[in-house]
Amino acid sequence: MNLAKRAFSMNQLNPHIWVDQYADYLFNYAIARINDEEVAKDLVQETFLAGLKSAKNYKGAAAERTWLIAILKRKVIDYYRKINSKKGKAEIRINYNSGNESDGDWLEEQVADPGSILENDFIENEELGLAIQECISKLPKKQAAVFTMKTVRGLNTEDICNELGINPSNLWVMVHRARTALMGCLNEIWFK
Amino acid sequence: MISCDEAKIICHKTQYNDASFWETLKLRLHLLVCNTCASFSKMNSRLTKLCEEASIRNLSDRDKLRMKKKLDENI
Repeated sequence: MNLAKRAFSMNQLNPHIWVDQYADYLFNYAIARINDEEVAKDLVQETFLAGLKSAKNYKGAAAERTWLIAILKRKVIDYYRKINSKKGKAEIRINYNSGNESDGDWLEEQVADPGSILENDFIENEELGLAIQECISKLPKKQAAVFTMKTVRGLNTEDICNELGINPSNLWVMVHRARTALMGCLNEIWFK
Repeated sequence: MISCDEAKIICHKTQYNDASFWETLKLRLHLLVCNTCASFSKMNSRLTKLCEEASIRNLSDRDKLRMKKKLDENI
């Protein structure tokens, strides 16, 4: 137990924030590839647990999220191998990162087949979703909650106000701050 | 005439179809004369479109709580 704790602090992994920071991101990654909500959730859960187990292998070269995504990637591949071997279907090609974690530009590595025009729209939307998730995770917690409830879950103003204990005026100010921040963030990472 | 701050708030409301008839009218008038808010409104609509296209999915609070518990058990 203590060894694990030391591994965390030495290499700057922080599992205590994993779910809050990365669960949605990982889930969106998984659900884009595996059209089954329950399986996607399971894979995300397994990724977190596997991350704990391999904590000592974390060298800090890649960002925490990039590292977790790499684990999830392999789990997705394993999942497809399992179901494909059962049915004998042709395997879906997923670019397998050979294990060298690289910082930054990792979105570009995710393209399954750069030459395929058909896949491009799908992939671009998925990357866009991930980019938006990334920007949302940078928002202050309450703003992120308000924005997500309104935009992703589509709740109405009254329900959100009741759930979070705020009034409509607060809500719209937070929506304003969140959306303004998102515009800036997306400009940085998507349109550049 | 409403202020730019008020205009921006109404602008957000329209993204969610939450603006009243009068609010929308006041916004439209403001956008006619204010270029800054007009481009803000364009960007805002763009953001809405992007969010729709991206079809973001989120885990429920319950799911996340379950994951946290599982994680905590193993730390």
